[in-house]
Amino acid sequence: MAQVSLNNIRKVYPNGVEAVTPSSFHIQDGEFVVLVGPSGCGKSTLLRMIAGLEDITDGTLKIGEREVNDTDPAHRDIAMVFQNYALYPHMTVRKNIAYGLKNRKTPADEIARKVAEASALLNLDEYLDRKPSQLSGGQRQRVAMGRAIVRDPALFLFDEPLSNLDAKLRNQMRIEIKALQRRLGVTSIYVTHDQVEAMTMADRIIVMNAGKIEQIGTPEEVYHRPASTFVASFMGAPPMNLLSAQARDGSVHYGDTVVTGCNGTEGQVTLGIRPEDILPDDNGPLAIHVDIIEELGAHRLLHGSIGDDRLTMHVGKDTPVSTGPVSVSVKPGAASLFHHQTGQRL
Amino acid sequence: MKRAGFTTTWLPILLLLPQLSIIAIFFYWPAAHALHSSFYLQDPFGFGSTFVGLDNYSDLLGNTEYRRIAWFTVIFTVLVTFLSLSLALLLAVKADKVIRGARSYRTLLMWVYAVAPPVAGFIGLIMFNQSWGPLTRLIESFGHEFLLGVNYNDTAFAMVLVSVWKQVPVNFIFFLSGLQSIPKSVREAALIDNPSASGRFWDVIFPLLAPTGFFLLIINITYALFDTFGVVDTLVKGEPGNNPMTLVYKVYVDGFRGNDLGGSSAQSVVLMVLVLALTVFQFRLVERRIHYT
Ligand SMILES: Nc1ncnc2c1ncn2[C@@H]1O[C@H](COP(=O)(O)OP(=O)(O)OP(=O)(O)O)[C@@H](O)[C@H]1O
Ligand SMILES: [Mg+2]
Repeated sequence: MAQVSLNNIRKVYPNGVEAVTPSSFHIQDGEFVVLVGPSGCGKSTLLRMIAGLEDITDGTLKIGEREVNDTDPAHRDIAMVFQNYALYPHMTVRKNIAYGLKNRKTPADEIARKVAEASALLNLDEYLDRKPSQLSGGQRQRVAMGRAIVRDPALFLFDEPLSNLDAKLRNQMRIEIKALQRRLGVTSIYVTHDQVEAMTMADRIIVMNAGKIEQIGTPEEVYHRPASTFVASFMGAPPMNLLSAQARDGSVHYGDTVVTGCNGTEGQVTLGIRPEDILPDDNGPLAIHVDIIEELGAHRLLHGSIGDDRLTMHVGKDTPVSTGPVSVSVKPGAASLFHHQTGQRL
Repeated sequence: MKRAGFTTTWLPILLLLPQLSIIAIFFYWPAAHALHSSFYLQDPFGFGSTFVGLDNYSDLLGNTEYRRIAWFTVIFTVLVTFLSLSLALLLAVKADKVIRGARSYRTLLMWVYAVAPPVAGFIGLIMFNQSWGPLTRLIESFGHEFLLGVNYNDTAFAMVLVSVWKQVPVNFIFFLSGLQSIPKSVREAALIDNPSASGRFWDVIFPLLAPTGFFLLIINITYALFDTFGVVDTLVKGEPGNNPMTLVYKVYVDGFRGNDLGGSSAQSVVLMVLVLALTVFQFRLVERRIHYT
C-alpha cells in the first residue's frame, strides 16, 4: 500500500506524438482513482508509464517513497489487470495466479495458501486446473484479478478491465472490484472511458482530454462543478446542457430572462445546466418546445429547443408530459458558468 | 452444419483422379517397386534377377560401412536440426526486439530460402576452396589446414555448416512470425510478473512458440535426412571415396554408381519405414503435448 505521486509526467512517443502533456497529481494511500476520458486521450499511456511498460519522457514518478522512473515493471511492486486479461494461455488458472509469486521466491506452501485464498475470494475454486481458453470472459476476468491480488502489491492498475464483458456482468464486476479494493485497501488507478464506471467506482476522478488533465475531483465535484465545458459534456448521460448567455449587472440573462446570479463577470458566457436541474414549472420564466420524449421507465428525457439551442431535460415518471411548449425554471444555484471561448469554469 | 454432397459417384472420383494418379505413379508405384527389388539380387549388367529373400536386408545390418553411414546420418541430422533451429530462434528473438512490425525485413530474408541446395553446396565449395576460399583461410589462421573432400571431419563440418546456413532463414521466418503473434499484453503481463528476462523467455515465450517449434522440428529432420542430398552431392564432388555421406546419398551411390539395385532398394525401404515412424511420432506427440491457442 502506498501513495503515488506524479510530477510533471510527460510522454512523447518516438513518432513525435505528445500523448501526455506534463501532468501532476498525488494519490493517497488506499485511494481508488479513476482516469476517464474519450478514446485516444492518453489514459492508457499514463497508466502504462506508471506500470513501467512505457518510458517516461519527462517528470518524476514516485510509488511510496521511491522514485521509480527507471525501475523495471517487476520491481515497482504493482499489479496490472489488462483489458484483454493477458492470461498465459499455456498455463492453468492455478499457475497463472501463482506465476508472479513463484518468481519472487515465495515458499511453495505460502504460494498454495495465497492461491487458495484468492480463488476462494473470487469463486475460482472449480476452475483452478483449467486453461484460460476453457473459461468464459467473466471467469477470465476474475483470474486476471486473482493474479493481481495474490501478489499483495502496493498499487493496482486497471486498464479498462470490464470493457469486454456484457452490460450485466459489467455492473456486477464493477461492484465486486470496488468491494475487493475496499477490503484490501490497496491504492488503485483504474482507466475507463465509461463515465458510469468512473462515477460509481471512484474516490476521485481524473478527467483527461487530448493528453491534458481537465479536472481532478470527487465524483460529486466533477459532476456538479465541472471545471470546463469538456468535463460538463463528457460526464453525465445525457450531458449537461450548454447555452450561450449574457452576463450583465450581476446576473446571467438568456434572451430576456434572468436565469441565475453571477458576480464579477460581464459579457458573453456559456451557461451549463444539468438536465435534472431544469424543472417543469407553470410559472417558469423559460419556454421549451419539446419535440421528442424518451421513455426510460424510471424517468423520462424530454428533448426540445429553446431559441436556437437544443436542450434536454430529465423528469420523474410521475410528471405528466406532452410534446409542445413547456414552461420551466432552473433549480436555484444549479447552473454553471463557463468562459465562452476557453470553456473554463468561471 | 449442412453437408453438401455429390449426387453421382463418378464425379468425385473423376475430380480426385488427377491427384490420385500422381500419387500412384510417382509415389506408390516406385515404392512398391523398391520393396519388390529389395528381395532380389539384380545382375549388374541388367540380365535378370534372382530372388534372395531378406538377404539384402541382412547384408545391410552386417555391413560396417552402412552402419557407419547410418551413424553419421544420425549425428548429421541431430546437428543440423539442433543448430539451425537454435541459431534461427536466437536470431528471431534478437530481431523481434528491433523490428517489431517491420514486414519488409521478413520478405528480404525469405529470399535466402530460395537458394537451391546444390547452389548452396556450390557456394560452400567456393567458401572452402583449397587455395583461396575465405573460410579455408579463416580456419588456417587458427592453425588447421582445412581439406574439403579429403579430410573426413573437415568435409563433415562443411556439410553441416552449409546445410545449417541454408535452413536458418526458413526457421527464422517461422520463429519470427511465431514471436510476433504472441499478444503484446501477455508479454507485458510477464514483464510485471517476472523480473528475469531469461525466465520470461523459458516460462512464457518458449512454450507459446512450441507449436511453431515442433512443426519446424519435423521439417528440419526431414530436411537434414533428405533435402541435403544436393549439398552432400556438391561437396563430395560426386567422389564419395571415404567421405562422409548421408543414408539418402548412399542409396544413390549404391544404386546408380554401384549398380546394386537390390541393396539400394532395401536401403530405400529402411528409409521409408523411418519416415513412417517419424510421421506417427509427430501426430502422436504434437496432438498431445503441445499447447495450441
Ligand atoms: N506506441 C505508440 N506510438 C505512437 N503513438 C501512440 C502509441 N500508443 C498510443 N499512441 C497515441 O497516443 C495517444 C494516446 O493513446 P492511448 O492509448 O493512451 O489512448 P487511450 O486514452 O488509452 O484511448 P482508448 O480509450 O482508446 O484506449 C493516441 O493519440 C495514440 O494514437
Ligand atoms: Mg487505452
